[in-house]
Amino acid sequence: MKRGLIIGSFLSFVFMGLACISFLWVPYDIETLDIANKLKKPSLSHWLGTDHFGRDIFSMIMIGARTSIAVALLAVGIGVTIGVPLGLFSAARRGCFIDEIIMRGNDLIFAFPSLVIAILITAVFGASAVNAIVAIGIFNIPVFARLTRAAALPLWERDFVLSARVCGKSEARISIEHILPNITNLMIVQGTIQFSLGILAEASLSYIGLGAQPPTASWGRMLADAQTLVSIAPHVALVPGLAILLMVLGLNLMGDGLRDLFDPRIKEQRT
Amino acid sequence: MTEPVRFFEVIRYTLGRLSSLIISLVIASLVIFSVIEVIPGDPASFMLGINAREDTLAALRSEMGLDQPLAVRYFDWVIGLLQGDFGNSWTYKTPVSELISDRIWVSLPLAIYALILSTLIAFPAGILAASRRGGTSDVTIMGATQMGVAIPNFWFAMIMVLIFAIHLRWFSAGGFPGWSNPLQGLKSLTLPAISLALPQAAILARIMRSSLLDMLSEDFIRTARAKGLTRSQALWRHAVRNALIPVLTIIGLQFSFLLAGGIIIEQIFFLPGLGRLIFQAISARDLIVVESVVMLLVFTVIMVNFAVDLAYAAVDPRLRSKV
Repeated sequence: MKRGLIIGSFLSFVFMGLACISFLWVPYDIETLDIANKLKKPSLSHWLGTDHFGRDIFSMIMIGARTSIAVALLAVGIGVTIGVPLGLFSAARRGCFIDEIIMRGNDLIFAFPSLVIAILITAVFGASAVNAIVAIGIFNIPVFARLTRAAALPLWERDFVLSARVCGKSEARISIEHILPNITNLMIVQGTIQFSLGILAEASLSYIGLGAQPPTASWGRMLADAQTLVSIAPHVALVPGLAILLMVLGLNLMGDGLRDLFDPRIKEQRT
Repeated sequence: MTEPVRFFEVIRYTLGRLSSLIISLVIASLVIFSVIEVIPGDPASFMLGINAREDTLAALRSEMGLDQPLAVRYFDWVIGLLQGDFGNSWTYKTPVSELISDRIWVSLPLAIYALILSTLIAFPAGILAASRRGGTSDVTIMGATQMGVAIPNFWFAMIMVLIFAIHLRWFSAGGFPGWSNPLQGLKSLTLPAISLALPQAAILARIMRSSLLDMLSEDFIRTARAKGLTRSQALWRHAVRNALIPVLTIIGLQFSFLLAGGIIIEQIFFLPGLGRLIFQAISARDLIVVESVVMLLVFTVIMVNFAVDLAYAAVDPRLRSKV
């Protein structure tokens, strides 16, 4: 499925590109309201039309991409920087008390309905993009910790690790120098998937008003604003949803494609 | 293995799961309680407004038990929960248990309805895709599941309202008429249930397919084929039944996603369920309601996971040793 990888990467990079360009240039300033031009259909001057304040939807999509990508990426970052070391540590000390505690702690986080806790966190600490990042990021920790441990365990039995031990390297050094490089591919694939889940989660949180706050544009927020207008101006509601759909679809296809690329054995089994 | 040994193992497994269940519940309650405690803003001054006198504030605080030490309040809360007493809502002035029992008759049926829909969609789709591996229907179904996983369900809900409520007028755009007329009630839950079920159905169909494909490469399928069964006969008679084990586990776990996911869908369709209750309680700083509803949801999820674990071990004895 090379095709999936190409389409997926293309979609993902289009949105990431839009997000980058938005720092330098957007077609219209989204903080100036232009009520005279409100709810305009897509046209040459406004490619995707305008919203109920007359703001250019294409510009808002560009800036919204920035918000979504930043929140989801940082949430993945939290998961990787805390989860991977925990998983490596657990695998190095497999079977001991601390390993048990780390893994049970992970199970516990898994047992919580993530959306409920995200709502709780953002409700308690106030609705903001930063709190959304933390709320989403917490649930990425056990994902990466479990995956790292599961992938690292069999590596500890391998000969190259054994010879490293014979050389007198410490567990920490072996984890970083020998185990980590061998699980990077797996982490990239999982990172892509968590990235796409993060985009969806950010959209849900800002849709219910617990994510990025105005005037920061975000896709979920745009959908919330569009909800009451859906019968008068459907395009206002269609465009942000399509943006989320395409971005998530792109990341998922890219993740699947990367997995097949890194591990051709899985592909043979599946098709 | 003799029977008494087996019995002992079952007991040991169940006790092991039970102790981790209790630990999970205790930690969950501690987390929820302490998160709620750090909510900025004193609920008493929030309820009385900024002009409240200091002595009225103090009176209300002691009435709500806010002047007690943290540990006392925690134990009061937990003991109350165990006795089914969730405390009194500060804004509604009614017992929280009443508020919950009113609303659970929307949230629970919605989750079950969505679960049934998701299973009804996913089973045929997954089986068809597996039996036509690599064919047109497989590619189409897998493409559709990719879309299903990627669509934000609240957006899908808006699109369905646009099509089926606003344009075709088959359903109402929101609200819930109650269960006095069960058909009307069910009808008003249909669009919400479909939008909840869609992403879950997509995930379930993919798992059904890959679980079936795993089965199809097993020896017993080869034996069945060798005995003269066609590929699809072998699939229906032998593979589907065995593939159901992992799929049933996922269905159990999905129930909790559906219950929690209903929170957002209830907002879109103006359904008076637990989700709307949480939101109203958060904005009114009615912490006792937030606390209890969140704890109830977490409790349900942990219990469902526990039940799934036990059921899974009952079906697949190999897992018991991995406690």
